[in-house]
Amino acid sequence: MCELLTEAVSYGFMQRALIVGVLMSLCAGVLGVHLVLKRFSMIGDGLSHVGFAALALASVLHFSPLAVSLPLVIAAAFFILWAQGHSEIQGDAMVGVLSIGALAFGMILIALTTGVNADVNSYLFGSILSMNKTDVVLSVTLCAGVFILYILFYQRVFAVTFDETFAQATGTPTGYYQAVLSLMTAVTIVVGMRVVGALLISGLIIFPALSAMRLCRRYRSVVIVAAVLSPVCCVIGLLLSFFCSAPAGAGIILVQLAAYLLTVFISILRGRSA
Amino acid sequence: MAYITCKNAAFAYEGKIVIDELNFVVHAGDYLCIVGENGSGKSTLVKGLLRLKTPARGAVEFGNGLKSQEIGYLPQQTDVQRDFPASVYEVVLSGCLNRLGRRPFYGAAEKKEALMRMEQLNILDMRRQCYRELSGGQQQRVLLARALCATQKLLLLDEPVAGLDPIVTGELYQMISKINRELHVTIVMVSHDLEGAVGQASHILHLKNKQIFFGTKDQYVHSPIGRAFLGGEEHV
Repeated sequence: MCELLTEAVSYGFMQRALIVGVLMSLCAGVLGVHLVLKRFSMIGDGLSHVGFAALALASVLHFSPLAVSLPLVIAAAFFILWAQGHSEIQGDAMVGVLSIGALAFGMILIALTTGVNADVNSYLFGSILSMNKTDVVLSVTLCAGVFILYILFYQRVFAVTFDETFAQATGTPTGYYQAVLSLMTAVTIVVGMRVVGALLISGLIIFPALSAMRLCRRYRSVVIVAAVLSPVCCVIGLLLSFFCSAPAGAGIILVQLAAYLLTVFISILRGRSA
Repeated sequence: MAYITCKNAAFAYEGKIVIDELNFVVHAGDYLCIVGENGSGKSTLVKGLLRLKTPARGAVEFGNGLKSQEIGYLPQQTDVQRDFPASVYEVVLSGCLNRLGRRPFYGAAEKKEALMRMEQLNILDMRRQCYRELSGGQQQRVLLARALCATQKLLLLDEPVAGLDPIVTGELYQMISKINRELHVTIVMVSHDLEGAVGQASHILHLKNKQIFFGTKDQYVHSPIGRAFLGGEEHV
């Protein structure tokens, strides 16, 4: 067992995957608590499909994938936020419209140019094992930025999530903090697409938050448990998929799902004993 | 000078005026009760007083040193809060957010304030409990403590007793009265529960898509509008 572990971490691609995976799932875990409580669980899904279209565009134009997807996904996040107050369409339906539209656009773009190939597969299911040094530096910087911003704004995030109207009425510029949260979400999604892919990214946002809420009843404990659980599941998922030669992204999500089912089981047991 | 002065103000919702001809004043120490049937424009007026809505015409002025962000607010409960994992202490402390300025975290002064407010509302011993597991009356006291953290001057309460049983309703009214008398916090309360609400108030504002009465409680009880609305119960 020990030898296998040493072997796994001795590979450069596994080291890079572990570093980016841990940091990215940390960000997704803490932001997920806010998104799930605000009934925005599927925003990850919507934004990642926009990211998929952006990656398709980048590959057609021969631009760097991040240079195209980051601004486009951030723009889409702001658009969803803005549409909340200014559109007849409900928030979840708006996310759906954007998400499906972007997916179709991306597929057409790819089919008409390069054809559906291995690249498409890596957009959809992640390519964390094929990251190079530049990718790692960029991803680590982005995630570290998101996490530091989250810590500094923690109290504001709590107030805005719990009761936006109260916060606004007592002088907190809630629109500004919502925008910052959208920005952080967009950055996390763009990095996360590399890790688990466009189709599975919502799992990284939803599962840690749901598991933590099963176990804890205080906001701070929920955030801390999500922040610990999410990277732990990511590491286990990466190692398991390495041993079984399974796709890394899907492996990570399955471990997250297993952890969630475990917390459901624990909370049922607790409910019986109480 | 008054805390709040409404000068011929009107508020619109989606371009349509829903409440008009508002002319009333709130002085320091008042206990104003805003009554009216459902759809009479009460919620719109609340948004206006919180500066979440600007008047379609006329003006709402703040004076006597009251800043608009110094209004403590007790909202009607939203769906989000019912399953929200947060301790009582976390919720109350979040009322201190408008004192933080540019600081990222709460300091000793804010924590002391939160503890003091919880003590005043008799919820100090449940500070570690989960907010969503409390009874309706307890939750309202937690939100009152949070609102008091945000203000020393004026509390705006939106239907504070909706969904509470009669005993808990009575206790909450007593608590609000105590805050008004002993902590010298001005109260503006929106309610459809007439008997209870009118009994405690010093002033009444009656709305029916416009202001149809404003004055002291005694004037209201003896006015034709008041008599009709209270169903002849002049003993309140």
